[in-house]
Amino acid sequence: MRPVVRFLDDELLVRIIAEARTILCKLGVEIHNDSIVAMLADHGAKVDPEKNRVFLTDDIIDKALAAAPGSFQLYDVHGRRTHDLSGHNVHFTPGSAAIHVLDNETNTIRTPTTGDVVEYVKVVSQLDHLASQSTAIVPGDVHQNISDSYRLFLSLMYCEKPVVTGTFTIDAFNIMKDLQLAVRGSREELRVKPLTIFSCCPTAPLKWSDVTSQNVVDCAKYAIPVEYISMPLAGFVAPVTLVGSLIQHTAETISGIVISQLTNPGTPVLYGGSPAIFDVRYETTPMGAIETMMIDCAYNEIGKHLGLPTQAYISLSDAKQLDAQAGLESSMGATLAALAGINNISGPGMLDFESCLSLEKLVVDNEIAGMTLRMIKGIEPKDDFPALPIFEELLKEQYLLISKHTRRHLRQEHYFPGPVIDRANRSRWIEEGGVSLRERAHREVTRLLADYQPSELSDDVKKDLTQRMEHEARRWGMDQLPHRQDAGATM
Amino acid sequence: MSILTEIVENLIVGDDEKVSALTQKAIDDGVLPKQILDDGLIAGMNTIGQQFKNHEIFLPDVLMAARAMYAGMDKLRPLLLKEGIPSPGKVVLGTVRGDLHDIGKNLVGIMLKGAGFEVIDLGNDVSPEKFIQTAREHDAAVIGMSALLTTTMSAMKEVTYQLKEEGLAGRIKVIVGGAPVSAEFAVEIGADAHGYDAANAVERVKSLISEN
Ligand code: B12
Repeated sequence: MRPVVRFLDDELLVRIIAEARTILCKLGVEIHNDSIVAMLADHGAKVDPEKNRVFLTDDIIDKALAAAPGSFQLYDVHGRRTHDLSGHNVHFTPGSAAIHVLDNETNTIRTPTTGDVVEYVKVVSQLDHLASQSTAIVPGDVHQNISDSYRLFLSLMYCEKPVVTGTFTIDAFNIMKDLQLAVRGSREELRVKPLTIFSCCPTAPLKWSDVTSQNVVDCAKYAIPVEYISMPLAGFVAPVTLVGSLIQHTAETISGIVISQLTNPGTPVLYGGSPAIFDVRYETTPMGAIETMMIDCAYNEIGKHLGLPTQAYISLSDAKQLDAQAGLESSMGATLAALAGINNISGPGMLDFESCLSLEKLVVDNEIAGMTLRMIKGIEPKDDFPALPIFEELLKEQYLLISKHTRRHLRQEHYFPGPVIDRANRSRWIEEGGVSLRERAHREVTRLLADYQPSELSDDVKKDLTQRMEHEARRWGMDQLPHRQDAGATM
Repeated sequence: MSILTEIVENLIVGDDEKVSALTQKAIDDGVLPKQILDDGLIAGMNTIGQQFKNHEIFLPDVLMAARAMYAGMDKLRPLLLKEGIPSPGKVVLGTVRGDLHDIGKNLVGIMLKGAGFEVIDLGNDVSPEKFIQTAREHDAAVIGMSALLTTTMSAMKEVTYQLKEEGLAGRIKVIVGGAPVSAEFAVEIGADAHGYDAANAVERVKSLISEN
């Protein structure tokens, strides 16, 4: 049996959705984008033009929800399927868009550079339990107007996994779409085999900015999957109660689905989010708070009820370094998320309210993901009934280490974590240097960087990507992209 | 219990009606407005600040107290003006160009107002010119800028640069904040201060203004 956790009973779930719909129809949603407002008006929504407020109708909401696909797949740069975002399937992806990296040597933060992005991508390409990469850090050594597209460029150059990403401006969508077209070859091929997911955020409460709503529309036009990242902050810009925040999250997310599905019915979407409670002692938005995780799991239940695949920023930590808090918050989140069946779990690698990436933590979180993926395979009988033969063998042989039964099932029944998880006895641990978790993780990062094999994306495509990126950089006054030590090896 | 102590106690529990009535009573009793301000309203807010720091009370309690403080200020302001007692100072506040994150900035605004400052909130996506122009128009003591994106924080530098160009640096103080903005960055761009949260912003703005 696949273990599943639930926080909402059916009655409460249905009431939350009904209330959210009432809010969208009675209070409306503020959309600061004239063409989207006009499109919704064409579909029968009432509009208060002065306040940019659009009052949806049940008809519009039903139409949008019916049009949104119940599942979709992602494909790597070669077009091989990596994700089936459906049912209770679970995939992990690193957190996104951190402002800082945690430098292992100094244990202090700094602004990421091209070198950091490349190292991150090389590491993530080898972490088995992270099914996709994400544009997890924002490099500070390029013009700010290409800092979003440049991350996607590096991701596609160095790693074959699909990418969770997003733009910072309306303008940058163009190049970010072109880079994907360069990989896939055509718009049709990109539609059939999605390569990326774009995060698009409504603004709490009940508002869409020009930029983020336009991103939804632009993605829809190219059938690029979107994850809606609604962020009610419970107690501040959302009701303090978890149910109240869920109502707000539902309303904001449905409004996003309406925008994409009316633009291009059937365009893939993830029912996602990054809600948090607001900590009224520290004025912060803790991603590691248990209530934050409860809201995440619960809105995922609502998304599933609406028949949509889901996503959440969960399995990350607010700790400032790779310490016990980092481990406990990340694994609590990962465990709950996997049990809830959140289809795309974002967070690994992240510290400090999702503003800092640590490569060492990424390696640890990969192990957490490995364990949780094992957990949700559940407990299933395998040659266990009748039990008499195996126990007869045990009593006769005194041990089962070399039994056929053991050899057949060992690797499926037991998950073997990598070197960051310490399972040596104390004497061995001491003899091997008494190495701390942080040091073990750092050694693993070093090993992965040394073992990295270039992406097998064809040289022609890499060249095409590079030319497009260089062209974009020139548009913003950068004659060349920052030097990369191994740029030759990737082309 | 003296009436000032009563004001302090009611302010601490956030009872705006009582603070308003008690402030009026103190005025009627002939207590000096400046004394009502310092030993009543501000003393109460100082206690609140301390309790908040110690986690004895939470943000909602602070905001309730701030509201009670406004209620008292409404009674006091005309008298303070008449006596020529300067207002604690004006702060022009906003989120920088290209940035829509305003939650933190709003909280800073609420807390500054709670501490008695006059806040001119320009909202988000505010151009450098607009910051400076507004500060000039209103003769503001401080410009407070917020940025949450690494891609927008550079706009802060344009303001400090422009202030210098116009010979206003030092006269109009600049304080900056937001997740990617560090104290080092503040120094680097020539800002006068950095604040890490809203309560801290109040302390920093107070010391900026007392330097003037
Ligand atoms: C909520 C949020 C949003 C909301 C904002 C809603 C709103 N009305 O503000 C929405 C959904 C709109 C949003 C949009 C986006 N966001 Co956003 N967002 C956040 C989030 C989760 C929390 C910010 C917040 O409100 N915190 C709570 C408040 C209370 O804290 P605060 O802002 O830090 O402010 C405190 C202090 O910093 C200080 N302070 C703040 N300002 C000032 C000013 C002064 C003068 C002083 C003294 C002090 C001070 O005091 C405040 C009170 O304690 C952060 C994550 C994070 N770690 O910060 C990401 C984050 C900032 N966002 C991010 C991104 C990428 C985006 C988008 C580009 C996403 C997209 N693709 O659409 C868009 C950008 C739109 C734009 N052009 O601005 C990234 C930034 C990455 C980067 N390298 O810059 C972050 C770090 C998340 C992440 N890792 O991906 N976001």
